Amino acid sequence: MRRKTALAGAATAALVLVLSACGGGGGTQQPADSSSGGAAQPAFNAGLNEVYNPSTKKGGTLKAAHSADWDSLDPGDTYYGYSFNFGRLYWRTLTMYKPGPGPEGNTVIPDLAEGLGEPSDGGKTWTYKLKSGLKFEDGTEITAKDVAYAVGRSWDKKTFPHGPSYLNELLDWPKDFKGVYEDPDADYSSAVEATDDSTVVFHLKEPFASMDYVVQMPMTAPVPKDKDTGAKYKEKVVSSGPYKFETNEIGKGFTLVRNDQWDPATDPNRPALPDRIEVQVNVNADDLDNQLIAGDIQLDIVGTGLQAAALGKVLPDPALKARTDNPTIPRLWYVSVIPDTPPLDNVECRKAVMWAADRVANQTAYGGELAGGEIATNVLPPPIVGQEKFDLYATPGNKGDVNKAKQALAACGQPNGFSTTMTYRSDRPREKALAEAMEQALAKVGIKLTLKGFPGSSYFSDYAGNVNYVKKNGIGLAAHGWGSDWPDGYGFMQAIVDSRTIRDAGNYNLSVKNDEVDKLIDQASAELDDAARAKLWVDVDKKVMEDASILPVVWAKSLLMRGKGLTNVAYNEGQSMFDYILLGVE
Amino acid sequence: MFTYIIKRVIGAFAMLIVISMVTFGIFYVVPQWAGASPEAMASRYVGRAATPETVHLVAERLGFNDPVIVQYGRFVKGLVAGAEYDYGAGVEQCPAPCFGYSFISGQPVWPDLLDRLPVTFSLAIGAAVLWVVGGVSVGVISALRRGSFFDRLSMGTALAGVSLPIFFTGMISLVVFSYALGWTPPGGAYTDFSVNPAQWAYSLLLPWITLAFLFAATYARLTRAGMLETMGEDYIRTARAKGLHEREVVVKHGLRAALTPILTLFGIDFGLLIGGAILTETTYTLPGLGQFAILAIRNQDMPQVMGVVLVAAMFVVVASLIVDLLYAVVDPRVRLS
Amino acid sequence: MSFLDVKDLKIHFPTDDGLVKSVDGLSFSVERGRTLGIVGESGSGKSVTSLGVLGLHKGGRARISGEIWLDGEELNGATAEHVRGLRGKKMAMIFQDPLSSMHPYYSVGHQIIEAYRIHNDVSKQVARKHAVDMLGRVGIPEPGRRVDSYPHEFSGGMRQRAMIAMALSCDPELLIADEPTTALDVTVQAQILDLMRDLQSEFNSALIIITHDLGVVAELSNDILVMYAGRCVEYGSTDDIFYRPEHPYTWGLLGSMPRLDREPTERLMPIKGSPPSLINVPQGCAFHPRCPFGERTEGKAETAAPALTETEGGHLVRCHMSRDERRTLWENEIKPALETS
Ligand SMILES: Nc1ncnc2c1ncn2[C@@H]1O[C@H](COP(=O)(O)OP(=O)(O)OP(=O)(O)O)[C@@H](O)[C@H]1O
Ligand code: SF4
Ligand SMILES: [Mg+2]
Repeated sequence: MRRKTALAGAATAALVLVLSACGGGGGTQQPADSSSGGAAQPAFNAGLNEVYNPSTKKGGTLKAAHSADWDSLDPGDTYYGYSFNFGRLYWRTLTMYKPGPGPEGNTVIPDLAEGLGEPSDGGKTWTYKLKSGLKFEDGTEITAKDVAYAVGRSWDKKTFPHGPSYLNELLDWPKDFKGVYEDPDADYSSAVEATDDSTVVFHLKEPFASMDYVVQMPMTAPVPKDKDTGAKYKEKVVSSGPYKFETNEIGKGFTLVRNDQWDPATDPNRPALPDRIEVQVNVNADDLDNQLIAGDIQLDIVGTGLQAAALGKVLPDPALKARTDNPTIPRLWYVSVIPDTPPLDNVECRKAVMWAADRVANQTAYGGELAGGEIATNVLPPPIVGQEKFDLYATPGNKGDVNKAKQALAACGQPNGFSTTMTYRSDRPREKALAEAMEQALAKVGIKLTLKGFPGSSYFSDYAGNVNYVKKNGIGLAAHGWGSDWPDGYGFMQAIVDSRTIRDAGNYNLSVKNDEVDKLIDQASAELDDAARAKLWVDVDKKVMEDASILPVVWAKSLLMRGKGLTNVAYNEGQSMFDYILLGVE
Repeated sequence: MFTYIIKRVIGAFAMLIVISMVTFGIFYVVPQWAGASPEAMASRYVGRAATPETVHLVAERLGFNDPVIVQYGRFVKGLVAGAEYDYGAGVEQCPAPCFGYSFISGQPVWPDLLDRLPVTFSLAIGAAVLWVVGGVSVGVISALRRGSFFDRLSMGTALAGVSLPIFFTGMISLVVFSYALGWTPPGGAYTDFSVNPAQWAYSLLLPWITLAFLFAATYARLTRAGMLETMGEDYIRTARAKGLHEREVVVKHGLRAALTPILTLFGIDFGLLIGGAILTETTYTLPGLGQFAILAIRNQDMPQVMGVVLVAAMFVVVASLIVDLLYAVVDPRVRLS
Repeated sequence: MSFLDVKDLKIHFPTDDGLVKSVDGLSFSVERGRTLGIVGESGSGKSVTSLGVLGLHKGGRARISGEIWLDGEELNGATAEHVRGLRGKKMAMIFQDPLSSMHPYYSVGHQIIEAYRIHNDVSKQVARKHAVDMLGRVGIPEPGRRVDSYPHEFSGGMRQRAMIAMALSCDPELLIADEPTTALDVTVQAQILDLMRDLQSEFNSALIIITHDLGVVAELSNDILVMYAGRCVEYGSTDDIFYRPEHPYTWGLLGSMPRLDREPTERLMPIKGSPPSLINVPQGCAFHPRCPFGERTEGKAETAAPALTETEGGHLVRCHMSRDERRTLWENEIKPALETS
């Protein structure tokens, strides 16, 4: 079944390639007149479904900027979408998202590996075969050992606290494993091993279907053991991709230059157009937008879109708007409805919140259709593979239904309403506006909200995601948002609806505590058939909505600006931003 | 004089210790009062969706499980005697003064501070020259031509200068001069002096002017007021009666006296600026101490916060000490005491 | 023509409240080696007059008219730069409050050196030697050491001596002392006055002493000018003013003169009321609101301004009363009253 989808995907991909003459994908021919780019007419959403300003011209310097800083440049210690996206310029992983525009961007294709993973043992063992001719920047050969070592080192959360822990959870690590630094001779082949120079085998605790998605994450980017300096490796990452570090000043920026040991023959997916990539970090966010508009930089690395200040300037100006793309991204803004806080422990009371909410006002709070997103009626966002749109709480004009809310309140035994507290991140104006919209809408049915704002940096550690705090302070509602690690149900849902992830502090699942949901999650995770698995995740979605513990607000859209002089620009669904490995400069 | 300096230096030290304790306290004790566990604090320094084990390990590594007093002691020990840092694949020595390692990036704080100091210093020194020369001369001319068109225009501008926030003037000036006209480089285009002095000045031109504008306004108003006062003093009349040229009367006799209060202000302003021109550096993306401070606070990166707070406090303390000493040089009446 | 000849000097200041007529038609003259005393209550325009002679109102808001002849040269019409060149050299001034009149940040020596070097092209060392000399001449002990002291390190009397040294540093031919002793106590006052007398005879300069205290000028001056509301009301030799005064205001000043045999605050014949505003100078005789004899002039005092007329041998008086009436009043009423007290 999986193979079938992959085939269908490949067919569609070929079609897209022909239509858009995309530089990515398996070595396609280019129309002669657009080989250097520059002929394209800017238009709104021009990079959404095809490649904008396609080009195969090599050379030039790509100037990029970041309004904050990387958590880490180390492939074993990073967990941001932009980092996964950008990192592919200097690392390669076993698999990768198919580069380029359109729905195929969600599919996974091999990168270092010759093909996708071969599951065996009912999905408990996954085997990847490496291509030949792969080299690190110093010319040494990349072998399966380097991949297994990379995975092994990434286990050490004391040294690498930032990276995702999917592989820590999924793989069958030895009980007494202490990590590759504390115990350099440890044998962790029960989790991952190189059975020969070109074969990496993963051993999982439970059957797991989405392994190809997991291994596209940078924990599988090879790290040469003799060059590994632990927490300091991020200062000098050894490249396996088309670019390597020329300079790297942490906190200020870095420069990438061509890696002459990278062999394009092993890598049909990266056109590697620019000669240099200069990256500045900690750039003032508003100034960054201005520079992007003016053309002083060409790429906003974070890739979440323009700031509010720039939106006000760009949207009304047709010439500037024509330089933007407005994709729906796999991110949901929502309100957690916390069942620990009476009377919200009664599902009818939670339903009252669902019915009373004014979805249009909530959308407005998030900036409206273009800047905010589409009104969300369920948890899974549209770009997630197999997503289905349904609405259990449809109200006239999406503006809420006072009568139905009152019926629910009566059923809950609170006919006159009740009082509770709603939290939001005070440094996020949109969440504040959302809280105010909720306050107004719920007041109409007698639910009185007290609003409390907290600093975003400690929101999950100290407040909304802290079980004690929530209980002590009777927090009933919490503004929240979640983006997907990869575009399938597991990638989006697991962290926010699985009640078994809940701990004392730092929780992202604030409200979904439902055994049936947990059971469905286990079932879906183990299902190897793509279609059946997608269907199961839709069931999870429905269960959560029935549980009324998540009030969806919007499926986020971002407004991305294509930098001046950029070629080969395409929005990639897997990355949910422009595909950075395709980019070139005029 | 010598004992005076010694006393002041000891006082300054005591002050720095108090500041370090307060900063430390705000960082560690306040969250504890709010009921935060070591894990809750550690969960700020892990990636998203980190497992409880990860959080626990990080809490352990950052020492959050120890009593606050022990943690503070460790900090002080690092400052005085240095510390060690385990980066997984080995152990690194961090010689005194060791402000520790960033909770986020794992980079040692002290070299980072030293690295950023020249940027802030460059910004402060250039702006200071501009605002002192500009502000004082405008103030002098305004005072000498009180009520003239020049006086009214410059004092109006000065009022605007004091009341407009830097992130506003800074952003506007970038949009106009860098992006629309292309006269000045875009934000974040800092070049070190040692690399290319001309480029250095060019890259800092706009921040200098913006920052100087803010301060020049205050200095112009203060100079004007001071000059109006001193130019009415009897000794000015005496100077004129001696037959001194008016220029000398104004500069040597009038300005010299009017500048004394400005010197105090300047010392404090300059000290504060070296400690970090937060808004200017953030607006123009200059990798100086101010930007460092903002990032440290935003990231709740305790060692960085401690480092930058102490360094900034030290500059203010040193600046005010220098001002006091200079005061005695400038005004002989102070020397007696 | 005299060494200094001031003719019909008017100095008016336009202000927001109106025109301040600080000096309004003043004429006087001084010869080399002679001393003129200018006497008047506070606010009568004495300082404005002296600053006017030095040209220190030039370039300001003041409206100046009249003529100032110094050594055959007219100064009011001369350029500001020319007059500046004369200041400190040809004409110098000693101020009332030596503490505020010296710059607190510069040493006494520095300030004398500065005054000397503007007009004399000499090295700093030479100027310094000169400053030490001058300090010695005005009676400062250990001048070689005190030359580096700051004004605040001097006593009031020493400061005034230093001021005098500074003023005399370029051998000025005209010296104006504006209330040189007001800030000092009585014994020091006497010393300073002695010093000035000695120096004047030594330098043979023309000296103008300004004061509101007749006692100060009694011994020092050859001539005395009594000022009221920016004008001269009586002018004559020192003997004229002390033994044959004819103006009611001068009588008042004599009556309020502090004497050693009286408490300083005690006044025999105090002048009632306070000095007039120089914006609205009273019509007619400016002194009439305060004059005890105003009614004797049959209402003329309120309407017509009396002219300054000569009574005898250069003695000038500005009063509507006849000479005889004034003399009779002095001999019969005022003088006896002053003597018995
Ligand atoms: N620059 C000026 N502008 C306006 N008015 C002035 C100015 N200088 C002096 N006056 C006025 O002129 C009048 C005379 O002042 P002046 O200083 O000459 O008095 P004085 O006789 O020296 O009094 P005192 O004994 O108090 O020194 C005063 O009313 C004073 O307010
Ligand atoms: S004119 Fe009349 S009022 Fe004036 S002084 Fe003479 S007597 Fe007095
Ligand atoms: Mg006076």
